[in-house]
Amino acid sequence: MSGGPQASVLVLFTSVVAATLAVTIRAGRRRGSAEEFFTVGRLLTPMENGFAMAGGHLSVASFLGITGLIALYGYDGMLYSVGLLAGWLMVLLLVAEPVRNCGRFTPADVVAARMRVRPVRIALGCSSVTVSLLYLVAQVVGAGTMVALMLGQAGGAAYTWTVLGVGALMVVHVSCGGMRATTWIQIGKAVLLIGGALTLTVLVLLRFGGDLGGLLVAAARGSGHGADFLAPGLRYGGEGWAARLDFVSLGLALVLGTAGLPHILARLSTVPTARAARRSVVWAVCLIGGFSLMTVVLGLGTAALVGSGAVRGSSPAGNTAMPLLSLALGGGAASTGGAALAALVAVIAVAAVLAVVAGLTLAASAAVAHDLYASSPRRRRPPHPPHGAVTDTVPHAGADTGMEPVAGTGAGAMRARAWAAGRARAGKRTAGAAKGEVAVARGAAVVIGAVAVGLGLLARERNVAFLVGLAFAVAASANLPVLLYALFWRRFTTRGALWAVYGGLLPAVALTALSPVVSGSPQALFPGLDFACFPLENPGLVSIPLGFLAGWLGTLLSRERPDKARYAETEVRSLTGAGAV
Amino acid sequence: MPGQRSESVPPQQAAPEALDVYPVVQRSAAFQQLRRRYRRFVLPVSAAFLLWYLGYLVLAVSAPELMARPVAGALNVAMAAGLAQFATISLLTWAYVRHARHRRDRPALELRWVTQDMTRSTGTGTSAGKRAGVTEGAR
Repeated sequence: MSGGPQASVLVLFTSVVAATLAVTIRAGRRRGSAEEFFTVGRLLTPMENGFAMAGGHLSVASFLGITGLIALYGYDGMLYSVGLLAGWLMVLLLVAEPVRNCGRFTPADVVAARMRVRPVRIALGCSSVTVSLLYLVAQVVGAGTMVALMLGQAGGAAYTWTVLGVGALMVVHVSCGGMRATTWIQIGKAVLLIGGALTLTVLVLLRFGGDLGGLLVAAARGSGHGADFLAPGLRYGGEGWAARLDFVSLGLALVLGTAGLPHILARLSTVPTARAARRSVVWAVCLIGGFSLMTVVLGLGTAALVGSGAVRGSSPAGNTAMPLLSLALGGGAASTGGAALAALVAVIAVAAVLAVVAGLTLAASAAVAHDLYASSPRRRRPPHPPHGAVTDTVPHAGADTGMEPVAGTGAGAMRARAWAAGRARAGKRTAGAAKGEVAVARGAAVVIGAVAVGLGLLARERNVAFLVGLAFAVAASANLPVLLYALFWRRFTTRGALWAVYGGLLPAVALTALSPVVSGSPQALFPGLDFACFPLENPGLVSIPLGFLAGWLGTLLSRERPDKARYAETEVRSLTGAGAV
Repeated sequence: MPGQRSESVPPQQAAPEALDVYPVVQRSAAFQQLRRRYRRFVLPVSAAFLLWYLGYLVLAVSAPELMARPVAGALNVAMAAGLAQFATISLLTWAYVRHARHRRDRPALELRWVTQDMTRSTGTGTSAGKRAGVTEGAR
């Protein structure tokens, strides 16, 4: 790139950053409750929340990375486009409404409602922080590499400054603006991303006169692979069974992981009812589905108009496919149209990074404040309307005998008054504790930002592409089994919950550490070492079944009896919305 | 573990009746029907979709020749199956929303008010539940 476009790209970067800061300042003016900080007061409309979900989910990897993979490998790249969307059907069917009805701020709320609170919260807090941090490091490293590439200086100072800048911005967005700033940054990004992708898609289709068959033929020709380009095998075939199993493993992690990602689950709490949560997920499915289909057209268009060889020559992983395509669509690198479209792509990419990292940082901070800090020994408080103390002394009327609770007696009325008074006291105390949680969350955002930036700087020039797949695998192995068991299985116990979380989290992380992505191959994180003994790059195929199995075994082997009354509460609340906050 | 739980829960917040409301609602015929409708839709549909999605992935890596077979023009089996995935997801999304709107939303809302009524006026409130016909199915 010459000096002109570079300067204009910098100006555009600055204006995107300025816009996000303006949103943050506006949001930061509203000082308020934990409800406001973590969930925007639960007053978003389904459409706003749906756009924010799409904005928080579609990362720069799905815009630049997937189109690049399709441009290079054709059909094998398209499989990612399907995986990107398929997970959302699981979100809609299995978790959206129950989690909205039972949850408060984090997924741990749903599980802890029927379990011993502290150990379950700590377990889910750990797994949520792990997932968010893995994802965050991948985004930060990706942003650094991408901006350095766009400014035409691979590695070096541009990488360091970008990583530091993104880290500082995400801390400011989250700790000052909370969920409100995060939401509006995600909405703005979704509009930009989908609008930009739509513009480029229409331009590609116009080139081919709307003839999709012609686009396929031209892409196959431009790729240099002929008909093989449109069939599976260019990327995942022919390398032995490990590469093929690896692909299935990643696919499984994508479809099941989405429903366990803390930053997606947190968005479900920002709308007033389960019905609104359902409608927001439908919005997200439409937006993400449309976007996924557009990435297919854009990837094929790049192969047809730019050629796979030219893409590979510019960046071996294909990350420059979109900038190259936009230059070609606009009429060449020297033309105004080409420069304008390339600048549009750059702006979208920066907005995409900022929106995703804000969502991740917020989810990690919420897990630290609401799950880990609130469960620390110094600060015990029941995060849920409590009842455990009495369940041991007062038999549940009717639970075993089929009798109705005694109604209308004087003693009952007195107990009701005492309960109401206790609840008012508890309400005040909970509000105070929640205020404290907000302060902790603001601080946690700073720490998480610093950790992500530190790891991002260490990971420079290293291959961290596996981190996103790992984040999905951990979410699917540690968060999803425990959520599903808690919502659907009457006999599930505290031990089962703990085993499900740790039984998914530890194998996923350990197997990745022993896999070829960490050591023992030239592309590994530590190419000099070799302690790899697990053949797959993504652990999902093993760790997801292990998570489910561990939860089942832990439940069977626990001495504690499941609390029927509390399961009744979870079930009734999850399906009817009674008592939902 | 009763000991640990009561340790973390101050007894003055205890609400025995509030907790008793939920098993009563849970055993009611209206709730049982709502739960049956929900589970009979989401569990089979999720399982079927997962199988179809995994089958699609396994076919792509294990039978590339089959997937490369042309269907019409430049379109081959693999591309058609990919488009069918998108079509399935859209169709199931639509079916879920329709099912929820027609079969679950109304009974869920009624049960919600009944449950909250009972919780709010615990002690005197089970009669509200009886009025709404919730408790009949419980026996």
